[in-house]
Amino acid sequence: MAADEQYIFKPEAKRKISILFGVGVLLFVLGVIMAMNSGGHHEGAEHGSIEVAKTLVASTDQENGGHQTGHEAGTGEHHGSPVWLKKIYASLWHNNIFFAGLGIIGLFFVAIQYAAQAGWSAPIKRIPLAIGQWIPIAGVLTLIIWFLAKGDLFHWTHHDLYDPQSADYDKILDQKSVYFFWLGSKGGFPTFYILRMVAFFSLWYWFYTLIKKQMLAEDLEGGTQHWYSARKLSAVFLVIFAVSSSVAAWDWVMSIDPHWFSTMFGWYVFASWWVAGLATITLIVVNLKDAGYLKMVNANHLHDLGKFVFAFSVFWTYIWFSQFMLIYYANIPEETVYFIERLKHAPYSWVFYANLILNFVLPFLLLMTRDAKRHVAMLKVVCPIVIVGHWFDFYNMVTPGVMQYNGGIGFLEIGLACIFFALFLWVALSALSKMPLVAKNHPMMEESLNHHI
Amino acid sequence: MSSTSEKFLVGIFDDEDILLHGVEGIRGKGVKIHEVYTPFPVHGLDEALGYKRSRLPIAAFLFGLTGTSLALTMQIWMLGFDWPMIIGGKNFISLPPFIPVTFELTVLLAALGMVATFFIVSDMKPYKTPRSYDIRSTDDKHVMAIDLAVNKLSKEEISQILKANGASEVNEKNF
Repeated sequence: MAADEQYIFKPEAKRKISILFGVGVLLFVLGVIMAMNSGGHHEGAEHGSIEVAKTLVASTDQENGGHQTGHEAGTGEHHGSPVWLKKIYASLWHNNIFFAGLGIIGLFFVAIQYAAQAGWSAPIKRIPLAIGQWIPIAGVLTLIIWFLAKGDLFHWTHHDLYDPQSADYDKILDQKSVYFFWLGSKGGFPTFYILRMVAFFSLWYWFYTLIKKQMLAEDLEGGTQHWYSARKLSAVFLVIFAVSSSVAAWDWVMSIDPHWFSTMFGWYVFASWWVAGLATITLIVVNLKDAGYLKMVNANHLHDLGKFVFAFSVFWTYIWFSQFMLIYYANIPEETVYFIERLKHAPYSWVFYANLILNFVLPFLLLMTRDAKRHVAMLKVVCPIVIVGHWFDFYNMVTPGVMQYNGGIGFLEIGLACIFFALFLWVALSALSKMPLVAKNHPMMEESLNHHI
Repeated sequence: MSSTSEKFLVGIFDDEDILLHGVEGIRGKGVKIHEVYTPFPVHGLDEALGYKRSRLPIAAFLFGLTGTSLALTMQIWMLGFDWPMIIGGKNFISLPPFIPVTFELTVLLAALGMVATFFIVSDMKPYKTPRSYDIRSTDDKHVMAIDLAVNKLSKEEISQILKANGASEVNEKNF
């Protein structure tokens, strides 16, 4: 049977992560200083671009013309925070949503393995489990950043939009207001919205602790009863996650552009989270293996992980294309405006194309052959590409709606990404060091040792 | 085909574990195995027999590539040059609506090409009478065929090696 293995979070690894964190802070501070100094220039650009935005949106909404123009004029007034601060908020939210997704995918991966009664993954399940430790931190961060930055991130939080007497009155958002403000007054505290946010993170974390408890109890007691309990919990969690991941995507990402909607969006965000999470799990497994851990993981297990990354890169592309193609073909102005924003203005335009190359073309061609999926070297190239690619994907989902035409990718954004990545790794690796690296009494360990594809 | 030009020795195995170990032992003695027929897939048998990886995926990739270029060329020529039509106010040559057709033709050609390649490589053509070394390979026996023409060892020696490595019976079969 499997040898006992224990991951040790060595000072050397801690130092490397601290350096990453330090570099992140340095870049972030530099980025903020640069953004503050060039504020005046951007301010001018903003006014110019609001004119563009006004004509763009006003021209698209004939039926609601009068109100619309008023609302857009209002946008200019509302966006009170200086550009550099908005930039920080947008980047914080972007990174937070991306890494929250990686954390929750850790739990989702474990749950999928149980629900599918998969045997091959028995020796690597502790890695996604450790990643899931980010869920509670993501929950707290999401709430803090939301309350800190709601006015700048979420246009729909402004109460003027729901007041028919106001010049900013927005009929469309008024009709959607129940979704945000149910149980409270329109334009006040978004009770229903915050309730969902708290409920999702609590549910996810609750199921995380329940499943983790079963997995660790199995180490001590053995038998199959813990496996069956974990499977039952996983099945329930998957049903909850199916709904909550979709609603979370509407709430946290799609509502940044509150006039726009896409029925594919829940799937789209999930697909992006899922493939980025799979790449993260694979990358950690590969690096642990290089460091001499996970002795029973062989090319067959890597092959399965590689197939996961390959297949879901294609799945993400399928979802991306389904969303883009229908909007492109139908050519309804209030839908196309989302892509026009992203296609016609730097840096969104190059991120838009880079997104397709990093997340589809490269993984598709590089991971196509069997050998590529079975070799550590290729996985070490492709997984970072996919992770960075989906970071860009989320950048293009979040930033254009917040920053309009003032967005950019510089020291500030990269610095924050480094900070988040360092924190995420620290949490995941220290969680991993607190439990046996390989399950001791997993009923399918023998099957996994003889795994052969 | 002359009636007795090809002489085979056929070993019958009752169990896949015995077969797997048997294959290793028999090859270890220097006997060249022509082919093994099993009623169900036996994991590790390909490796034990020393088969190389199939190159079928390369054929699939090339057929797929053919499909992709054929689809794109066809649509660009038809809608861009031969008979330009305005559809939904789009450009005559606009890539997004071409993608579904391109995808389908890629899959179609890759799949059909792969099947055709497989048939040709495995010499499966219409009206060809399949060879059966032992009809029980479709029921519950694992059947190992050994071509006597390519083996230096004598029939008796090979027969002994087969028996020593777990064959429940050894027969002769001529085609």
